[in-house]
Amino acid sequence: MSVLADESSVTGLAAVSAESRFDNPALMRRRRRAEVRFQLYGLLAIALGLSCLVILFTSIIGNGWTAFFQTSIELPITFDAQEIDPDGTRKPSAFASANYQKLAYTALYKILGVDPSIRPQRTAANALLSREIDSQLREMVTADPSIIGSTKKVWVLASGNADALLKGKIDRKLPQENRQISDQQLAWIDQLTGSGIMKKLFNTGLFTNTASSQPETAGLAVALLGSFYIMLIVVLLSVPLGVAAAIYLEEFAPRNRFTDLIEVNINNLAAVPSIVFGLLGLAVFINFAGLPRSASLVGGLVLTLRTLPTVIIATRAAISAVPPSIREAALGVGASKVQTVFHHVLPLSLPGIITGTILGLIQALGETAPLLMIGMVAFVVDVPSSPLDPATALPVQIYMWATEAERGFVEKTAGATIVLLMILAVMNIITMVLRKRYERKW
Amino acid sequence: MSLSSLLLSLSGAGLIAFFIGFLRAKIMARGKERSVHSRPGYHAGFLALWTSLPAIIVLLIWAAVEPRFIDREVQSSLSAQVLQGSEAQIGLTMGVVRSVAAGIKTFSREELEAAKANPQEAQRLLSQKGIIVASAPGRAIIDSAELLNELNAKSSLAKTYTAAILALLGFVIAFIRISPNLRARNSVERVVVAGLMVASSVAILTTAGIVLSVLFQSLDFFNRVSIIDFLTGTVWDPRFADAGSGSTEGQFGLVPLMWGTLYISFVALVVAVPIGLFAAIYMSEYAHPKVRATVKPLLEMLAGIPTIVYGFFAVITVGPFLNFIGSKAGLVIQPTSVLTAGIVMGIMIIPFVSSLSDDIISAVPLALREGSYGLGATQSETIKRVVLPAALPGIVGAILLAASRAIGETMIVVLAAGIAANLTLNPFESVTTITVKIVSQLTGDLEFNTPQTLVAFALGLTLFVLTLGLNVYALYIVRKYREQYE
Amino acid sequence: MVEISIAPASIAPSAGNGAERSSGTFRGDPKVSARDVSVFYGEKQALFNVGIEIADHSVTAFIGPSGCGKTTFLRCFNRMNDTIASARVQGEIIVQGKNIYDPDVDPVQVRARVGMVFQKPNPFPKTIFENVAYGPRIHGLAKSKPELEEIVVKSLQRAGLFNEVKDRLNSEGTGLSGGQQQRLCIARAIAVSPEVILMDEPCSALDPIATAKVEELIDELRTNYCIVIVTHNMQQAARVSQRTAFFHLGYLVEEDTTDQIFTNPKDKRTQDYITGRFG
Repeated sequence: MSVLADESSVTGLAAVSAESRFDNPALMRRRRRAEVRFQLYGLLAIALGLSCLVILFTSIIGNGWTAFFQTSIELPITFDAQEIDPDGTRKPSAFASANYQKLAYTALYKILGVDPSIRPQRTAANALLSREIDSQLREMVTADPSIIGSTKKVWVLASGNADALLKGKIDRKLPQENRQISDQQLAWIDQLTGSGIMKKLFNTGLFTNTASSQPETAGLAVALLGSFYIMLIVVLLSVPLGVAAAIYLEEFAPRNRFTDLIEVNINNLAAVPSIVFGLLGLAVFINFAGLPRSASLVGGLVLTLRTLPTVIIATRAAISAVPPSIREAALGVGASKVQTVFHHVLPLSLPGIITGTILGLIQALGETAPLLMIGMVAFVVDVPSSPLDPATALPVQIYMWATEAERGFVEKTAGATIVLLMILAVMNIITMVLRKRYERKW
Repeated sequence: MSLSSLLLSLSGAGLIAFFIGFLRAKIMARGKERSVHSRPGYHAGFLALWTSLPAIIVLLIWAAVEPRFIDREVQSSLSAQVLQGSEAQIGLTMGVVRSVAAGIKTFSREELEAAKANPQEAQRLLSQKGIIVASAPGRAIIDSAELLNELNAKSSLAKTYTAAILALLGFVIAFIRISPNLRARNSVERVVVAGLMVASSVAILTTAGIVLSVLFQSLDFFNRVSIIDFLTGTVWDPRFADAGSGSTEGQFGLVPLMWGTLYISFVALVVAVPIGLFAAIYMSEYAHPKVRATVKPLLEMLAGIPTIVYGFFAVITVGPFLNFIGSKAGLVIQPTSVLTAGIVMGIMIIPFVSSLSDDIISAVPLALREGSYGLGATQSETIKRVVLPAALPGIVGAILLAASRAIGETMIVVLAAGIAANLTLNPFESVTTITVKIVSQLTGDLEFNTPQTLVAFALGLTLFVLTLGLNVYALYIVRKYREQYE
Repeated sequence: MVEISIAPASIAPSAGNGAERSSGTFRGDPKVSARDVSVFYGEKQALFNVGIEIADHSVTAFIGPSGCGKTTFLRCFNRMNDTIASARVQGEIIVQGKNIYDPDVDPVQVRARVGMVFQKPNPFPKTIFENVAYGPRIHGLAKSKPELEEIVVKSLQRAGLFNEVKDRLNSEGTGLSGGQQQRLCIARAIAVSPEVILMDEPCSALDPIATAKVEELIDELRTNYCIVIVTHNMQQAARVSQRTAFFHLGYLVEEDTTDQIFTNPKDKRTQDYITGRFG
């Protein structure tokens, strides 16, 4: 250093800058900080992504878990013969026209000590019960007319508002004008819950009820069955067609421009927006072929077309993964091409085909848009007995409930979403287990 | 016999033929198994296929073609007055004829006479059988209905005979041919391969179906509303006219819808690309394998959630949240604003960007990175200056694929975006998209041939072309990128 | 020293006798004969007018440097080249008096009569029993289960594998060692009672001990079968075969008794190859 200091300033400067190039702590610090920042961005991005996932699940589960419980009141209902069957005919037509709601109200008035002649009291008490109790009691009588004249304890559904209160969705501390429940009703509810005859029970109705305008009696029965029919049709159609097509394209079709075009075709089909499949279904299945709207059959057909490319691609991948040495061995022993494919290649591709199919089904189960196009958005009260009856599907039901004005449906929508997500989770787990246990690494 | 019972009997016949063939082949091969070309099972299959397949194919073709002929015959038997009416009216009359035909099948002779003599009586008798007709059917209608039944019966009989003859013929021809030299296995396998080929044509028919059906209806639409007006119009106001009037009132401008679609997709990309890209970089370059193995599937879970769930999430959480923040900042953020839909859409496509980018970044050769490290660059500098530029085409491809997904998305925007077409730059206002409009034009009571309904197909065509173009281009870029390194 | 002949080794289609140039003609009817066989892959010709006669109850070896066409020629004998889309075969191959390239011949039938063992052992991912039983099953060679079992046992015995696997016939075939797997493939080929067994470098993927076992097996098998073996290993050819054919660049250069080929080759190319000057 001292030697250099004697030389001209230019060389001195040059020496200094030569050193600074390799010994500049400030620059190194900056670079290291940039490195740390960069890694931080990455971690931040991952954290953001994962937190979106968490927020989504929390929000849905938070809103929806209460849907699995429904507030009910145990009332001693007197099946008054006078009310139900005044002429004593015991005919079903008489049962059908009776006013069962009144029986429930009467029982409630007795417990609460309400004077039915005072209108405001009567209305306030009535508002604690669901309007659907009518059908519940009617069914009981029609099933067993011998209960007429007796008094039985029956668990009946509370109204949506009462239910919301017990689930904490209505704030007790708000002033009465801002609440849907008056102070008087509040007091009654406290009395009923205090004596244990009003509580939340597991809501089996969520799974067994059909469409309803009241959230407390709305259920997923039609949706679950409709989705089941659709999935059944998808499996029955897309697996044979898809596997057959994949076998043909992979093993038998000549390699030329035409078959290349088909391959490109199929890959593109997999990326077409699903709503376009709905348009296809509308134009071809409903308009041209005249199949019934809102039927699970049409939904199944449309979703089969949606799932077909997925099955074909997965099957082709599984088939081409089987090493050629196995095919040669089979041919060498005197098996024909068809025998080679069906005796050796196909059984070895089976795990891949099955996982590919389940993945396709998982995707199809969540499809909503195409089903909207073909009309599976109906208000269906009867459980569909065949794929030809009007039905709806689980994601479509979620859509319908999400667009309902009544606040009580928010809980139901979230509850249905939880059901859908759980079904999908189970299917995903099955796929992972199958993959681990059966997929061969060649 | 009805078609389905015919098909069933033919299948049954095939099964019987199979057993007969099997026995015959076994007997024939006794003692000389090695010199027989095919095993008994194949001979049996040969016989079964020859018995049932030709008949089934003929029947199916017949059943597909028959209605047209019969309808034409019956239609020409309608009264001249009806035939001069509009196509819709003829269609209506034919419908009545069909209903009447179904009813009079079970009439006795006296009932038939009475029905022909007095239209009111006919209507009453029909309603007794469960057939409700709107107006009392005149004699001409009943005659036409009789003709329809007669033709159907004749055709049915002919079908039965033909099927029986073909089956018998097939059986005999094949039976005679069963011999040690018969290449039964080859014939059966040819049929199998043909079946496989038919199955694969279904996939192609689907695309053809999509394109044709959407194209067909769109052309119908463009007959009524000019394509230029559609593509360049800036007002969307379909104005549902009264049923049956078929008016072309209303404006069908694509521009505000396209704008909404692109704007929301843009916001979605603004959310998804930084998060997805940085996540991909961290996972492929820095993350510990265990971390990567946990995080990657978790992020991919975002893609597995049905989009209706995202839509609902937007409605109950994101929308109100943004609204709340807006009110705190003195802004009015609509619950169905561009931001709401865009953010939720963005969350959904994060895994598309991150997984694809991850693969692409991993595909950049180690040699390039080592060149940079060898010069003393830090890892982040290497990534920023060497890896990312090298991976850029692939990443652009991934972004285009994600964009295509966002553009074609329906359920998120149906719930989270608005209904009213709105050409605005303000992200706090609500806009609507192409997919939302397709849904809204087709739900509710439909009159199939009105422009209001047909426009949905035109919109669908636009969407199809747009996403197809993006996908093809994106895959092209990604493939060219991969070729670079192979 | 014979002059190097550039002309292709065409064999006059005289009955039975084989090339005039060979001094060790064999007696009796050949099991398999090839006449004027040429193979094209697309436009490229891989084999030029090859003719040869293969004797029964003996081992014939095809030797030559890489890419000389010996494997291509071998695969003509069981029409395996048919599985390659661009391959075209001209000429005749006659097995037991019938040209297997006749248009009315079913290739699948040919492969039941001319068996093949491949370079890398390729047992099916099934049980040992199923591996051997597959062939007899699809060709209907056994009328009952006991008969099928008998065929399997006999084939495994002939392949010298039975004693080693008799307690685990129901275990996976892929769980055996390399040498055992190859013997399993040989058993599988034997099970359909072929007339000819083709072997494409059967020992090249095996260790020396397994190789020795397989070579021993080949020697035993020749009492019952006609065997054609392609090999890279000249010592193996010398050990195992009775007649040897040398191929070079798609031509059959020389064919004679193994002794003659290795001690007194007539063609310079043959001599160069044997002495290791190339290949």
